[in-house]
Amino acid sequence: MLADPSPSGASGDPEPPPLAPIPYVVRSVTTETPDTVTLTIRPSATRRIATPRPGQFNMLYAFGVGESAISVSRASLEGELVHTVRRVGKVTNALSAVTPGDTVGVRGPYGRGWPIAEARGGDVVVIAGGLGLPPLRPAIYAILSQRESFGRVEVIYGARSPKDLVYYDEIQTWRRRTDVRFQTTVDAAGRDWYGDVGVVTTRLPDARFDPPKTTAFVCGPEIMMTLSAKALADRGVPRDRIWVSMERNMKCAVGLCGHCQFGPSFVCRDGPVLRFSALEPFLSVKEV
Amino acid sequence: MNAASPPSLVDEIANHPLFAGLDPKLVRAAASTAQEREFAAGDLLAREGTTADTLLLILRGKVALEVGAADRPTLTVQTVGPGEVVGWSWFVPPFRWRFDARAVKPTRAVVVNGPALRETLSRHPAWGFAFLVRFLPLIAERLENTRIQLLDIHAR
Repeated sequence: MLADPSPSGASGDPEPPPLAPIPYVVRSVTTETPDTVTLTIRPSATRRIATPRPGQFNMLYAFGVGESAISVSRASLEGELVHTVRRVGKVTNALSAVTPGDTVGVRGPYGRGWPIAEARGGDVVVIAGGLGLPPLRPAIYAILSQRESFGRVEVIYGARSPKDLVYYDEIQTWRRRTDVRFQTTVDAAGRDWYGDVGVVTTRLPDARFDPPKTTAFVCGPEIMMTLSAKALADRGVPRDRIWVSMERNMKCAVGLCGHCQFGPSFVCRDGPVLRFSALEPFLSVKEV
Repeated sequence: MNAASPPSLVDEIANHPLFAGLDPKLVRAAASTAQEREFAAGDLLAREGTTADTLLLILRGKVALEVGAADRPTLTVQTVGPGEVVGWSWFVPPFRWRFDARAVKPTRAVVVNGPALRETLSRHPAWGFAFLVRFLPLIAERLENTRIQLLDIHAR
């Protein structure tokens, strides 16, 4: 029989997550962009998954359609979960079509998240591209909640166009803070956009941090992460302090099926957050 | 105690990353034909197709580089801020702007006379070489950034 995990924090490490999804009720659906929604869900009964750590993901189940690995973009100790979903296929189409009161299945949390504790004492650079912001959002909140533990904090967020930016209102709130520098850029824009335009790496020269003492968290499309990680390394950030969150076709999510294998790693089990130094040799191999 | 006097035009140019560390005589020569200008949000600093006779060293504000065609909306492909430059068309025949440059917010820039600077650099090849060593990486960087934009890294 599968164990029912206790919420994290109750007794140290949670039990292994169950492979059967737990029902969660959709509380709200927020449209972020024309093809992206944010779902807030809460357990429909007493059973719930352990509280995810920043950077972990859940398998969301659209009943009768299938499962998809979706990063956790926020989690409360009360069990509420927030996931941002882009419509790219059958399952994510179904997940994006839910309305408040509907039920979805959740199993998780899975994978290794952002090593926030390892970054303490130094500067932090967070680089997000497109839908790379949702997996980084809990890390940003974790850093802000213990702001005094870190040096300078720089966040750079890039998207294809202004209409592709997610969490727009939240970004404005972050930008007003004086203890974190938040830069937003888009690849191209019309005249109604007054922010920066240029690929995400063009904002890095403006970022202030002490490279040898910096930890970087990078998430976005793979090519964006590769370019950003290389730009950070060129600035002098040690490659083993640059962390990227990989996305692969995850099925079992527990390191058994092999669908998400990337080089020697199973992204679901060993990642999704991995050191750039370990990934770099494989990122340029087209067959991987 | 007296307030610090504003930096001179020579200082502004000497402190700009494009000229920092270059021969002070070159800096003074550039300053002799330059002027500092303020642009309001919405002002055009350069118009595509017109004669390009200025190099703009951005000191403050933000400038959008725009491309457009008659049958589609104007597209901003890059923004340029403090410490960056607008324009190398003054250096490359036929000396015509290849894009519009528009101030997105109030902007202050040193406007260097392009033909005069070209003349100075051609009369002093050592200055010309040093300047090119500084200038070419900017062009290479923009070329690389354009290639990355072509990759459409956020495509699904």
